[in-house]
Amino acid sequence: MQYSYYPGCSLKGSGRAYEESVLAVFDHLGIELKEIDDWNCCGATAYMSVDERRSFALAARNLAISERDMPESPMVVPCSGCYVTLNKTCHVVKDYPAIKDDVTKALDRAGLKWKNQVPVRHPLDVLMQDVGLDRIKEAVVKPLKGLKIAPYYGCQIVRPYAEFDHQIHPTSMDRMFEALGATVVHYPLKTKCCGGSMTGTAPEVGLRLVYLLLKEAAKREADLMATVCPLCQFNLDAFAKEAARAYGPVNMPVIYFTQLLGLAMGLSEEKLGLQRNIISAKNALKGAAAAAAR
Amino acid sequence: MNIKQSIRYDSERSNEFTKEVMARPGGEMIQACIQCGTCSGVCPMSNYMDRTPRQIIYMAREGFGDEVLRSRTIWMCTSCYACTVECPRGIKITDVMYALKRMAMERGTYPQRFPTSTMARDFFNMVRKNGRINESRLGFLVFLKTNWMRLLTSAGLGLDLIKTGRFSLKQEQIKSKNELNSILSGNGRPE
Ligand code: SF4
Ligand code: SF4
Repeated sequence: MQYSYYPGCSLKGSGRAYEESVLAVFDHLGIELKEIDDWNCCGATAYMSVDERRSFALAARNLAISERDMPESPMVVPCSGCYVTLNKTCHVVKDYPAIKDDVTKALDRAGLKWKNQVPVRHPLDVLMQDVGLDRIKEAVVKPLKGLKIAPYYGCQIVRPYAEFDHQIHPTSMDRMFEALGATVVHYPLKTKCCGGSMTGTAPEVGLRLVYLLLKEAAKREADLMATVCPLCQFNLDAFAKEAARAYGPVNMPVIYFTQLLGLAMGLSEEKLGLQRNIISAKNALKGAAAAAAR
Repeated sequence: MNIKQSIRYDSERSNEFTKEVMARPGGEMIQACIQCGTCSGVCPMSNYMDRTPRQIIYMAREGFGDEVLRSRTIWMCTSCYACTVECPRGIKITDVMYALKRMAMERGTYPQRFPTSTMARDFFNMVRKNGRINESRLGFLVFLKTNWMRLLTSAGLGLDLIKTGRFSLKQEQIKSKNELNSILSGNGRPE
């Protein structure tokens, strides 16, 4: 099956390790991801705060192009921010005829047609539902034995639409990591918000949330945290030192779920972008492997 | 002594404001609120708000427009949708927050040098012009306009990002800017 692929701005910038690992894992599993031609920014939360109607038209251009070029293909969207924005556009256009009218006219001016028939899917969803745990297990060559993982979902992958998992207590990643041979620790903050852009705009708030999330994972004795979103990863990794300076020492590497999947499939750390972590996960990974060998 | 009125007279409430909130997508249901406080309880940001989400919903529907639009709360909302999925009355609180942000922007009552609203504007302009966002540039711009001291405290962060190949000042652009322009022009209110 072929999927269209919407990377979004973060995966081409500070979240490039996510793109590297998503592409490597899908390629390894023999699933084709075809990048949408000349995609534009989805608009994220900021655009919607300024101009709602135009924000839907902006997001819809990507959906229209995907539908035009790959009519049969669902669209894979790894960034939670893009995922919720694009999904919301599909929902709102269905629910509000006036907005549908607006969006249709706007796309029409650019010569685009859109029937709202492209499902927007997260790679975690595709891996769990379409590929399935059996096929994933078959691909495992280096089980993650001994590795204790805190699964962190963040907010916008499961809310508000809950397309494939529970809105407050999701389990997809938990089940995936267990299938990879890892140990999943109980992590009650799994869907607490990371603060989004607050780390930049209101550091006294953002850094505190970052600290709380990291500290909780440490308290649960996780070796590392796994995330599904480039903004969560950025906050928890890039602001970890500043948060530790403000609130107390904590050392908790945060990597993408696709990096863990890739490691279990025997792909190289380099190919999966692990060298791009600021708080390196390499010792945690080595330590777990050594403990498992004993 | 400058004595300020802290509680509104009934005659000072604005029905128009309530109607406007209710006319925006997501705002239809605010009259159904039972003031249970679930939204405030699950909100990760309520510790930092000057009014809790429950209070905002109440004040919005009772017509306290000015207070609501000047509140820091709407700019502290990170759109995590926790309130929306937990509200027993099915009120889309996150969407109400979005609607209030836009109303504040339209009326110019948003906090001028408050970074969240500044960032929303800069983000908007960057997308308008290039079709894509460069996060490094955006962060730099926001710091510069609102709190340039943070550029110093965050210098280490910049270095870390450069070392790991995650920092770039190159502005990504889309090819069909004309197409984008025609989509974004003449839609909604004039620019
Ligand atoms: S959770 Fe819903 S019903 Fe309860 S106070 Fe908040 S908005 Fe009102
Ligand atoms: S969406 Fe906003 S108001 Fe609602 S819980 Fe999240 S931060 Fe609070």
